Amino acid sequence: MRVADKGLVDRSKPVRFSFDGHSFEGLAGDTLASALLAHDVRFVARSFKYHRPRGIMGAGSEEASALVTVGSGGAQEPNIRATVQEIYDGLEARSQNCWPSLNYDVLSFNDLFAPFLGAGFYYKTFMWPKAFWERVYEPIIRRSAGIGALSGTHNADQYEKAFAFCDVLVIGAGPAGLMAALTAGRAGADVILCDEDSVLGGRLNGETLEVGEMAGADWAAGAVAELGAMKNVRLLPRTAVTGAYDQGTYGALERVSHHAAAREGRPLECFWRIVAKRAILAAGAIERPIAFTNNDRPGIMMAGAVRTYLNRYGVAPGQRITVFANNDDAHRTARDLVAAGVHVAAVIDSREAAPQGDGYEVISNAQVCGTEGRKGVEAVSYCRANGTVDKIQSDCLAMSGGWNPTVHLTCHMNGRPNWHGGIHSFVPVPGAIPGLEAVGACNGAFSTHRALVEGAEAALRALGEVGLQGQKPLVPQAEDARYRIAPLWTVEGKGRAWLDFQNDVTVKDVRGAAQENFRSVEHMKRYTTQGMAPDQGKSSNVAALAVLADATGRGIEETGTTTFRPPFVPVAIAALGAGAQGKGFAPERHTTSHAESLRRGAPMIEAGLWYRPSYFPALGERTWRQSCDREVNMVRNAVGVCDVSTLGKIDIQGSDAAAFLDFVYANTLSTLKPGKVRYGIMLREDGHVLDDGTTARLGEDHFVMTTTTAAAGQVMRHLEYVHQCLCPDLDVAMISVTEQWAQFAVAGPKARDLLNGVVQESIDAESYPFMGCGAVTVAGVEGRLFRISFSGEHAYEIAVPARYGESLFKLLVGKAEALGGGAYGMEALNVLRIEKGFITHAEIHGRVTAEDIGMGRMVSAKKDCIGKTMSERPGLSGPERAQLVGLQPVGVVKQMTAGAHVFPLGAAPVRANAQGYITSACFSPTLGSTLALAFLENGRARHGEEIVMVDHLRGVTTRCKVCDPVFFDPQGGRVRG
Amino acid sequence: MGKLDAKSPCDGLLPIEIGAARLSEVEMTRLTSLAPKPGQEAAFSKALKAAHGMALPAPNRATGKAGARALWFGKGQGMLIGPEPEAGLAAHAALTDQSDAWAMVRLEGAAAEDVLARLVPVDLRQSVFKRGHTARTMLQHMAVSITRISGEAFLILAFRSMAGTLVHDLETAMKGVAARRGA
Repeated sequence: MRVADKGLVDRSKPVRFSFDGHSFEGLAGDTLASALLAHDVRFVARSFKYHRPRGIMGAGSEEASALVTVGSGGAQEPNIRATVQEIYDGLEARSQNCWPSLNYDVLSFNDLFAPFLGAGFYYKTFMWPKAFWERVYEPIIRRSAGIGALSGTHNADQYEKAFAFCDVLVIGAGPAGLMAALTAGRAGADVILCDEDSVLGGRLNGETLEVGEMAGADWAAGAVAELGAMKNVRLLPRTAVTGAYDQGTYGALERVSHHAAAREGRPLECFWRIVAKRAILAAGAIERPIAFTNNDRPGIMMAGAVRTYLNRYGVAPGQRITVFANNDDAHRTARDLVAAGVHVAAVIDSREAAPQGDGYEVISNAQVCGTEGRKGVEAVSYCRANGTVDKIQSDCLAMSGGWNPTVHLTCHMNGRPNWHGGIHSFVPVPGAIPGLEAVGACNGAFSTHRALVEGAEAALRALGEVGLQGQKPLVPQAEDARYRIAPLWTVEGKGRAWLDFQNDVTVKDVRGAAQENFRSVEHMKRYTTQGMAPDQGKSSNVAALAVLADATGRGIEETGTTTFRPPFVPVAIAALGAGAQGKGFAPERHTTSHAESLRRGAPMIEAGLWYRPSYFPALGERTWRQSCDREVNMVRNAVGVCDVSTLGKIDIQGSDAAAFLDFVYANTLSTLKPGKVRYGIMLREDGHVLDDGTTARLGEDHFVMTTTTAAAGQVMRHLEYVHQCLCPDLDVAMISVTEQWAQFAVAGPKARDLLNGVVQESIDAESYPFMGCGAVTVAGVEGRLFRISFSGEHAYEIAVPARYGESLFKLLVGKAEALGGGAYGMEALNVLRIEKGFITHAEIHGRVTAEDIGMGRMVSAKKDCIGKTMSERPGLSGPERAQLVGLQPVGVVKQMTAGAHVFPLGAAPVRANAQGYITSACFSPTLGSTLALAFLENGRARHGEEIVMVDHLRGVTTRCKVCDPVFFDPQGGRVRG
Repeated sequence: MGKLDAKSPCDGLLPIEIGAARLSEVEMTRLTSLAPKPGQEAAFSKALKAAHGMALPAPNRATGKAGARALWFGKGQGMLIGPEPEAGLAAHAALTDQSDAWAMVRLEGAAAEDVLARLVPVDLRQSVFKRGHTARTMLQHMAVSITRISGEAFLILAFRSMAGTLVHDLETAMKGVAARRGA
């Protein structure tokens, strides 16, 4: 029910929204909760386990009861707290965890079986048969117990992440936070002020308290306006600081456009990483419920929340409201309601010395012991000290068991809060988060005056610590009432009394845990699931451990708290992973020929971050094999062009460059003559092969090393490590030039003809013999030419600065086509190299030695190198090692597959009999056969032997013959031709 | 024999202007990586100053000005942007042509800092990261070099092959920031 002349909502701006298909009108400034309460909708949810009717309990992010689902389709978001969701025109919200509807929920029969469904029920009951747990019991339990669900479809919502830095981060914009931000901001510090709420001011907006002789909300608005005008202050409303991390880093979740119908390109949420030199925590406090029988009916709310609905939203959550409290603070609720003309049935105070009522009746030394009403509270029973029970007709019960300081962030680095006997709750331990100071209510200072003073003082200290001079502000006048409380956690009685409303944990469950000897608070938590729901027990934990303390005969202090962990409020994974949707997932590296390859219809294959063409389909080709076979034949018989720019290229200079290369390569590079290229292999420190590639000597002190595409970064890192850590005295400088040069392989019998039509210099056997290199001029551009081959053909690699890459690729392919050749892709490249037995990282996969791949003699005996000594360890060479061999099929089945294991003829294809595995396989159009490279125990001595390859995964068994890994042109005549 | 056409890394992608941020490609120029030989940093810095008017930049700093700039580019490395390096410099340092290796873009405007705050984890506030400051850092997932070249303008270098991603990531952030400013 709306109350006239109250609240900060805009009565001139109606907002239409729907809940469970019913259309409602609220006001701008309403949350879903306040707008529903304005229409006397109290029953909004079903509970987690027993499907009990639930209403709205609180007015903030701690809400444990009113969880709803917002939106539909991919954008559907479950478990939205109705108290946090601002309404907008067209908002669609639904209740969850009920079927077919909120009112007639089939699974509410769970509640009837409640005596059997207590904590530990599942563990004890669904024990047998064992296999049933996963397949039968758990799915059923999961379906009946639960909260909201995701749609299961792709969510196209935009999320964002951002980084921010400041001198002083102020967390919470209540009186303490505002005062701290004002003090720091006025001194010129870079300040970030975060608050979960859409309107800054904290409790000042929910109370009728005065600050500086004006309404608290007005003072807050004035402070916010002043802060907003400061260039050095950044205000982040709707932003919850979710975690405190090392070195002054804080995570924060900003709800950017949850409150708007039209996002207009804005992200839904932004996850901030804020690095602050100092932080001031002014997170306030959370009111705690009292556990009494049936304390979970819709209409039973927190006393402070009732004030918030009244004062901030102009909504009375009932017409006859009863207050139940153990402290003075809750009497404000009665006073505010009466002043607004709302009937207060009574204030039931558990203390003997309860304050006098002011226009309402106070029943002291009494406790609420039960409620009635099926889908909302209708009557409240209370019990006096003498045992008499009376009943009050009431449609809303405002309860308060006191306030718990919001200590969460101070515990994120393993701090444990201290028990404070004066307020009967936990307070932060100073210094638990380096650089963070807690002030105001979250520090146990519950009066507005203390909050303002602590905020100002902490800001002054923070300013001093960041080297700024602050001015002591005039703290405005505000109430400084003493916080009077007598602890009351539970009211004894029959029936269930709820502690954790979100996870349906009752007093009996906690006592049961203690009985079952789960006496440690961490064990009790896990046994009962207390505090494990999305609200993380914000309002229930302290009461639950008070019950545990009582049940185990210990004090609360001794019992201690469970561990507070980030995030403080639920954070969507999408917000944490913001920016990584779609193309943002990983950078795409494109070669200069990328666009032209796409134009030619080439499908791309990812090689690390690079995109490389698989093959170039010609007219009429329907399968990749057709294209691949044609491209292989083209290279073997005419000429092919392939972009090899993705291979790593490292420019190495210096008077010690040759010595450095001798140290990192297994073979000798220092004897290489300028103008020549040499193949080399590199070992890891543990003696296994790291990478292979060619190195060209451009000048006496100048080399260009190539690496494989996959290991380019790894090799660069390795070289830097060797230089910086192992031989820092060497005069050698290295830098990646992978991106500088576009490089193309030109391979095939007509390669030289092609190049002579492209480069200015004359290319012949004398100027460019096999493994020769030099500078060339390509259509006026200075380039480099290397006579190297990865196909076994007469081949070159030609490089030009990357800006000319696309143009040169087109030129080369055009010339090749005129010679009966053309472009070839990764598939053909792979077939060509397998035919020649050349290795890639399919073979040098990290577990093989130079000896294994038949390159043992490349590890020079004349010098030391990285990995040499370790490669000489026993077990890293010899016949027991699996050695590189070639395989060809000899039976009816011709298929061979990479990943298949090889077995001796006649042996059962089981692990114990495996003698190796296939690393690469292809169909060779040149030889008209499938070919495979494999590692086989003592393989080099077994050429000619027949074995069986079995691919258990694909169900292929093929008899094959072991042979030399070089299938084609073993003498290498073609490459030198 | 034909003629080879040059194509810049961000050809066809830039400029774009969204809200209060503008992203444009810096015209391709000569980029030379500078790696002073051991013990010759001071001599090289002197020679660089004599040849091109700027000293070898200290870590996280840039020297020179538009047209002839040197950026600190990593441990023991600088990047000379603009001039063809004078031949004599090679006596003191390893010089490597990197003109085609980097996509160079300029992000400017009142929203530039906010845009980078979506992508870059280092503190780029004007009060901390001033004109002439440079950083080797991450932009979303990419290794980049970022330099503040004026109050509201940044020079960003990323691998040439990643130019498309560079523009994509910056454009996404620019849109997000612009949408918020409009709100």
